[in-house]
Amino acid sequence: MKRIKFSDHVILLAGVFFMVAPVALAFLTSTHDAVTIYKSGMQFTFGDQFLQNYETVLTRAGGFTKEVDGLVMLKNSLILGLGFAIGKIIISMLAAYAIVYFRFPFASLCFWVIFCTLLLPLEVRILPSYEIVQGLGMVNTYSGLIVPLIASATGTFFFRQFFLSVPDELLEAARIDGAGPWKFFIDILVPLSKTMIAAIFIIMFVYGWNQYLWPTLITTEESLFTLVRGIKQIMQVWIGAQIPDFNEAMALAILAMLPPVVIVVIFQSWFIKGLVESDK
Amino acid sequence: MVHARLVRFGGAMKKVQFNTRSVPYLLLLPQLSIVAIFFLWPAAEAVRSSFYLEDPFGFGATFVGFDNFIDTVTSSDYARVARFTTVFTLLVTFLSLGIALLLAVKADKVLRGASSYKTLLMWVYAVAPPVAGLIGVMMFDQHVGPMVDFFALFGWEMQIGVNYFDTGFAMTATAIWKQIPVNFIFFLSGLQGISKSVQEAASIDCRSGFRRFWTVTFPLLAPTGFFLLIINITYAMFDTFGIIDVVLKGEPGNNPVTLVYKVFLDGFRGNDLGGSSAQSVILMILVFVLTVIQFRLIERRVHYT
Repeated sequence: MKRIKFSDHVILLAGVFFMVAPVALAFLTSTHDAVTIYKSGMQFTFGDQFLQNYETVLTRAGGFTKEVDGLVMLKNSLILGLGFAIGKIIISMLAAYAIVYFRFPFASLCFWVIFCTLLLPLEVRILPSYEIVQGLGMVNTYSGLIVPLIASATGTFFFRQFFLSVPDELLEAARIDGAGPWKFFIDILVPLSKTMIAAIFIIMFVYGWNQYLWPTLITTEESLFTLVRGIKQIMQVWIGAQIPDFNEAMALAILAMLPPVVIVVIFQSWFIKGLVESDK
Repeated sequence: MVHARLVRFGGAMKKVQFNTRSVPYLLLLPQLSIVAIFFLWPAAEAVRSSFYLEDPFGFGATFVGFDNFIDTVTSSDYARVARFTTVFTLLVTFLSLGIALLLAVKADKVLRGASSYKTLLMWVYAVAPPVAGLIGVMMFDQHVGPMVDFFALFGWEMQIGVNYFDTGFAMTATAIWKQIPVNFIFFLSGLQGISKSVQEAASIDCRSGFRRFWTVTFPLLAPTGFFLLIINITYAMFDTFGIIDVVLKGEPGNNPVTLVYKVFLDGFRGNDLGGSSAQSVILMILVFVLTVIQFRLIERRVHYT
């Protein structure tokens, strides 16, 4: 049988150290004042500025227009994460339902049109995407921020696969009972998909929350900044400063990663299931 | 969303289906309109403008055929960026896959603390690339970074943002760190999918754990590995944008950038619409080829399992 050796634990602990240490250092550094960090580098102890730094980052209005603080960015990040996840789930469930459960002309054409969105990441078509969204007057709006991100069809394929695995007998039984397409969808298919919805919700929330390039282009008004978008602002202040606010930068980094990390850790088993199954 | 780009095409039909005519179109309408406006249109626009030379002052555009492509491919700057992207992609892919595989094999083996190890090794998945980049910038900062102090012990004076190689090193290290969790999750679930009876048979036949890994476990993991290979290449090329932008503090100067970053730079900073679009189209073709390979592998993978 497998023998567990001491060295296995050593390797695993080294791996854990490699993954955790940078974030732990970032957190510890965020509890000190800027001058200490500037003088003696990143900090390995817990400092006395924890509450003060986080309060500053969360509530002090910064930027050029003085209208954005951490709480506003937190709210915007939540709107982006939730809006993206919920929007994507609803739209892709409806589309997958149509593709799997209906016989209609041009079905396979619709399928291939949606399929081809998997071929090109947003980064590759970023300039024309920006120009089109700008032309539609959607720059600096929540819809301009969220809707174009939904264009990729990953969710549709996830639900399509799941629906295909649902036994045919269910539909036969439902039809004998006289259930129409809407009734079947709402009363049978949606409740059956609950775990799948939860798994894809977590993946999509994290994905939406972590967006960077698109929000950077689409939101130039500071009141619409997300936390991750705020990182760019921090970097620009960094360049000019005499003593950069390293502590606040690290506090912002910790705040930006906290919600998605907590969700992924708490709902670990759903999340892993969703990730691994959707990729098969 | 790079790691959910796979589809299985087998068994694509239900035996029983609704025949209502209008309902399916209604259901597909939201998805299809978003795809048409925010995907097909910009993609077509990119292809179109790659054949035009845009007047920088906005006075129309001239059709120039393949000139933008020729200019792009023959420029020495593009060659330099392409070289860095290749090296960067190879390093990120193989190092993060290798480290993740090692950790997954060990995590699959231990009993005590197995779930703690798993959680601690996977949670970085949720950290956004630019946030990882910000922490990377701090770790490698010339004044405050502990990594700089560490390498100074070996006589290496790192200068991130000034020295081409050092900046590339910081980017690569950060990108690898960020990608290990995804690979770890997939390898671990692949390992746990190998049946107990196969493992027991292997341990009777083959005493050496190392040989057993290469002759039994590794081939069984190969489909997962191939699949992850493509995922990682796509990650290194596209999803590292946030890391690179933050490490460079938005000021590329003479520092290394990837091909995707160059598309962004030439398009938004350089106002070179045609050149940027031509680069987009080249990348589109590359992604297309990768995706085709991916599907080929998936077909094989289905036969395996």
